[in-house]
Amino acid sequence: MSFFRKLATKPWLEQDTMDNPRPADIVPAETAKVGLFVFLAVITFLFFLFFVAIHMRADYEDWVALSEPSLLWVNTLLLILSSVAMQGARSASRKGETNAVKVNVTAGGVLTVIFLLGQLFIWRQLIDDGYYAASNPANAAFYLLTFVHGAHMLGGLWVLGKTGFGLWAGRRVESVALSVELCTTYWHYLLLVWLVVFGLLLST
Amino acid sequence: MAYVAIADRDHEQPLHHPHSFITKWVFSQDHKIIAVQYGMTAVGVGLVALGLSLLMRLQLGFPDSFSFLTPDTYIQSVTMHGMIMVVYLLTALLLGAFGNYLIPLMVGARDMVFPFMNMLSYWFYLLSVIVLLTGFFLPGGATGAGWTLYPPQSITGGTPGAGGGIISMLVSLAIFIVAFTMGGLNYVTTVLQARCRGMTLMRMPLSIWGIFTAAILGLLAFPALFVAAVMMLFDALLGTSFFMPAIISQGESSGTIGGNPVLFQHLFWFFGHPEVYIVALPAFGMVSDLLSTHARKNIFGYRMMVWAIVAIGAISFVVWAHHMYVSGMNPYFGFFFATTTLIIAVPTALKVYNWTITLWKGNIRLNVPMLFAIGFIFTFIHGGLTGLYLGNVAADIPLSDTYFVVGHFHMVMGVSPIMVIFGAIYHWYPKITGRMFNNTLGKIHFWLTFLGVYSIYLPMHYLGFLGVPRRYFAYEGISFSETTQAVNANITIAALIVGVTQLLFLFNLVWSLRKGKPAEHNPWGATTLEWHTPDKVPGHGNWGASLPTVHRWAYDYSVPGASQDFLPQTMSSEEAISLGARGTEET
Repeated sequence: MSFFRKLATKPWLEQDTMDNPRPADIVPAETAKVGLFVFLAVITFLFFLFFVAIHMRADYEDWVALSEPSLLWVNTLLLILSSVAMQGARSASRKGETNAVKVNVTAGGVLTVIFLLGQLFIWRQLIDDGYYAASNPANAAFYLLTFVHGAHMLGGLWVLGKTGFGLWAGRRVESVALSVELCTTYWHYLLLVWLVVFGLLLST
Repeated sequence: MAYVAIADRDHEQPLHHPHSFITKWVFSQDHKIIAVQYGMTAVGVGLVALGLSLLMRLQLGFPDSFSFLTPDTYIQSVTMHGMIMVVYLLTALLLGAFGNYLIPLMVGARDMVFPFMNMLSYWFYLLSVIVLLTGFFLPGGATGAGWTLYPPQSITGGTPGAGGGIISMLVSLAIFIVAFTMGGLNYVTTVLQARCRGMTLMRMPLSIWGIFTAAILGLLAFPALFVAAVMMLFDALLGTSFFMPAIISQGESSGTIGGNPVLFQHLFWFFGHPEVYIVALPAFGMVSDLLSTHARKNIFGYRMMVWAIVAIGAISFVVWAHHMYVSGMNPYFGFFFATTTLIIAVPTALKVYNWTITLWKGNIRLNVPMLFAIGFIFTFIHGGLTGLYLGNVAADIPLSDTYFVVGHFHMVMGVSPIMVIFGAIYHWYPKITGRMFNNTLGKIHFWLTFLGVYSIYLPMHYLGFLGVPRRYFAYEGISFSETTQAVNANITIAALIVGVTQLLFLFNLVWSLRKGKPAEHNPWGATTLEWHTPDKVPGHGNWGASLPTVHRWAYDYSVPGASQDFLPQTMSSEEAISLGARGTEET
């Protein structure tokens, strides 16, 4: 039943008998999954607003686009690979292959850590080359967006880290299947966000 | 594998009762304890904000009489009063406290779906309050940027707190938003997932609809404030110029290059306007339940009320720039936002009519919660109508930044939600504590507050018509009319009386905790689930051995033929017929 059909029901006419209560029209999905999707909606709004704000700022004359360091392409590749690894972990966990899950989750985590270190390295490089945040709004936007994206990756790493360490400590794959699945969704989502961020940086 | 609802696998999840004092009362994951923690912190910081408002009133009513009031302390008080009241008191109290307390109890859940995150939400909130209050003790004091924190002035030297206070404010807001997001995820997911058997969406009490919609608004609107706060922190700490324009002061450049201060205003109000409804919608919901319960009558037009809540929530995202008519926007923007502003008045007016019609021919019981609920209808109509003036560009421009605006928004989003909060605290006090409050004190509290706020804010509209500007420390001999100063002195006296009256309220709450008459199980004869828990004051897990089952909507008051004037949501139609209720078969 669609949401709008639901809103059109007349609850004052419904009377349930003792052994036949109406089923509550809950969302038929794992609670954590519903929570994650609500959270993704929040992140979508957050990044959307960052994009809009930066886009508005970029219209001003003093905006001098910075030439993206080529290392960013490597980092993007790392993030894509980590997403692929997470996808591998998800399909392995569906098949119940504990070892494959272990390897893929670890690979995904390590690749993400390298990605974050790479981002830090790029910051270092830019600062050494004199691209300070204060010297141009385009530089500031670059630091801002990479910082916010990185912070979200860090949050994901914390959850993934718990899952990964649990696996190495001998937890069975069934008990972590849900977190592996949710982490995969989150990784794909943040990859998408990164691609949009990267596209935005390239286009200005 | 098909998903099994939480309510249908209740027996599979044993409850882990906390044992130590710390896990039970301090780091508790029980939604009721967290609600009380949220409530007490919010009221505590709200008292600070109340004190600040009295400082402002002392200066305005009796200028040059108090040596401890300087222009800096005045504008710092304005700023902190505004921000604390809107964000740290109202939002935290309505969603953090009432949302936490009511959602699981009213939808028939054992707790929030993510209890640990719920606990974290409270501790982040407390941290944000502490960070905010440290602003007072930093060199330069709290920020004096005005509660809207508009750049460039908020982070430019010369504004009080431009060095430290504004940083603590922005950091605190960012932490608050993280706290709110954790809470909001809980509120939304719990309503979507953890309702008990039979509790369909359209059987939820309007309180839950209001809180649910407000939580969604908050989740989507607070990111705008977060973006604004983070970008302003960059400007303040790293010297970037997202918002800071090129400034040349006394022949010297500030070093910033051309930023866009109006961008901040857009971000701020993209949060700021939904924020009005984040505060208003839970109040709308709860007042509907209060009116219906104490008038012994079903709420008039339940479906319309739900639709209006959803519609207001949706439209509230496209009205923000009506706060910016004087910012130099394209006039066609003003036209658009004036139109949407007037459109949002339609569902809002619809709700007011439905509240009034709910009272019509009701068996009204003037209990203290009911007095506050009826008081709310008055103050809300009043504040709402002046909103229609200010929503029109032509009327807004001369009234901008005058006391008319101050009168308007205090009536509509200060006093009105506070009236509901008082009513709701009195209404649910017996549930939370198991004791009744003192009725006489409650009535005195109501009348002094209700008449008091009118004597404060009604004259402000008049001052606004005279052109008295807001946020001014002193008027330096400008007399807008012969009576301006006398009016201001009167307002101050009324404000002092109302301020002191709130001590009566706090005294009543504390005194009744020990000395109050033990409450009956369901003292108001309400239908909703929270009054039908096995224990009078619900314990951990709320529902004892088994979850409740809901058979009807939340508003079966004075059903024709029935021998009692309310049918609880848990009552099946067989039981209702045995009480003589004439069946309302589906037609």
